[in-house]
Amino acid sequence: MAAATTDDTGLRKGRFAPYGLLSPGILWLLLFFLVPVVMLVKASLSTKPSRFAEPEFAWDFSNYTAALSEYSPEFIRSFLYAGIATVLAILIGYPLAYWIATCGGRWKNFLIGLVVVPFFTSYLIRTIAWTSILQDDGVVTGLYQLLPWVGSDGRILATPMAVVGGLTYNFISFMILPIYVSLEKIDFRLTEAAADLGCAPWRAFRKVVLPLSLPGIFAGSLLVFIPAAGDYLNARYLGSPQTSMIGTVVQNKFLVQFDYPQAAALSLVLMVIITVMVLVYSRFLGTEGLAV
Amino acid sequence: MAEGAAPPVVAEVRPATGSTRASRAGSGWGRRILTLVAIAAYVWLFLPILNIVVFSFNDPAGKYNLSWDGFTLANWADPFKDAQLTEAFWRSLIVAAVAVTIALAMGSFIAIALSRYRFTGNKATEVFLILPLTTPEIVLGASLYQLFLGRDVVLGQATVTIAHIMFLVSFVAMTVKARVRGFDWTVEDAAMDLGARPLRVFWKVTFPLILPGILAAALLSFALSLDDYIVTDFTRGEFTTFPIQVNNAFRVSYPPQVNVLATLILIVTLILFTIGPLSQRRRSRAT
Repeated sequence: MAAATTDDTGLRKGRFAPYGLLSPGILWLLLFFLVPVVMLVKASLSTKPSRFAEPEFAWDFSNYTAALSEYSPEFIRSFLYAGIATVLAILIGYPLAYWIATCGGRWKNFLIGLVVVPFFTSYLIRTIAWTSILQDDGVVTGLYQLLPWVGSDGRILATPMAVVGGLTYNFISFMILPIYVSLEKIDFRLTEAAADLGCAPWRAFRKVVLPLSLPGIFAGSLLVFIPAAGDYLNARYLGSPQTSMIGTVVQNKFLVQFDYPQAAALSLVLMVIITVMVLVYSRFLGTEGLAV
Repeated sequence: MAEGAAPPVVAEVRPATGSTRASRAGSGWGRRILTLVAIAAYVWLFLPILNIVVFSFNDPAGKYNLSWDGFTLANWADPFKDAQLTEAFWRSLIVAAVAVTIALAMGSFIAIALSRYRFTGNKATEVFLILPLTTPEIVLGASLYQLFLGRDVVLGQATVTIAHIMFLVSFVAMTVKARVRGFDWTVEDAAMDLGARPLRVFWKVTFPLILPGILAAALLSFALSLDDYIVTDFTRGEFTTFPIQVNNAFRVSYPPQVNVLATLILIVTLILFTIGPLSQRRRSRAT
């Protein structure tokens, strides 16, 4: 952690100053992050007798069971899509980060900067651009239809494939950067040493480089999985009603149907699962790696 | 947590460790395949960007600028043709400017407190700070919606700005903290010993040293705020920002001006990110 490394460079003991510096921001977070989450918990335990009635707090845990049983397909889909997108992001992001770190030479900074450039255009507009690229009479879909197991009516748009592809694309920079940071810290003379001792390149990679870059992979996985699991825009633009995710349900229940208790329960289940993952991660690897 | 647009901080790169390239990436074929995979990945990353820029020159036959119908410069001649889109664009800029300014102050103070002092609750504060970044946006949005609804607050520009400040504070704090890690705070003592007053020490010593970190955080935060969709959707009421307007209008049309404005944002951020490191280099050379 940071504290350990800065201890010898004059870290001060503060009695009031640190709390004074912290208080405006922390108060803001308490008011607009923690209190709202508590309100959400309260809403998830409320009952709503009829469509237009105000929800009343009642320790009603049935929202959770009802929401989970009613929307289990969306739940499973969210975690499945986000999981596949995370794995794809590792499979694409790791080789790219590894190539930049090992073959980049003096272009390294430029090459890693290039990875971030696409993400300076709007997320929504990028996703809409994919609908243009993958449209039914487009070049990409035309090539896809040439595949032996795909017929001439094969589509990419409005399939789970397009949604997962969109999720992978939109969040992959969160995977590439932590992996790159962890690879940059590796002294590659270690692999030379392994080679000198008669270790084959692949084995040297597997036994030396891969374990040392695992923290980057873990951080990247969390940072891709979290926004992907809660997303609804990729499902909206690239998917179909059959690919709706948990975010779709929560958004719809809150902002269209005004039916809060179940939606609150759904979003809290998502939050609890993810928070447990984050706490386990920070317990072992600290919070530093998550600050991309 | 930032949406996909979040342009993360580019890592400080260490000097090469002095090994030969071939031995690092493995031999011959392995390296060639790796290079091909990397090139393919870059093509994939830039395909939608290329699509956005190229389609800003499209002359769509219908209301949707999604299929190529012919080249025109008309969209660039009149980027602000769509009044609603333009208004939403300016509103986005205002929200971002206000939210970033406030979040920068709050976040930088937190970063200074965390990296400069040893105090009770240090660890807990760090974990608490990371939580808004690792909470799905949909949960942040839904919970703020509950809060405002319960207090009968009218949703609009103010609530959107409040929400943006909330997710930016953590982001700024973590980004600035990463930049000032390992920074030697004893220079402040030196200034103090030489008779400088605390406020003067801050403006003349501390602030210039953390400024690069703050500037990087400012640029990234601005992009995050400008691009936010999900949290904004839950806190906006009738208020629309640029992404919201694009989404709402998509039911009836998708004008090429969207592509023009998106390309403009891309160009401006690219220029800022090229100028940033250059001016920093010049400053370090001057001292």
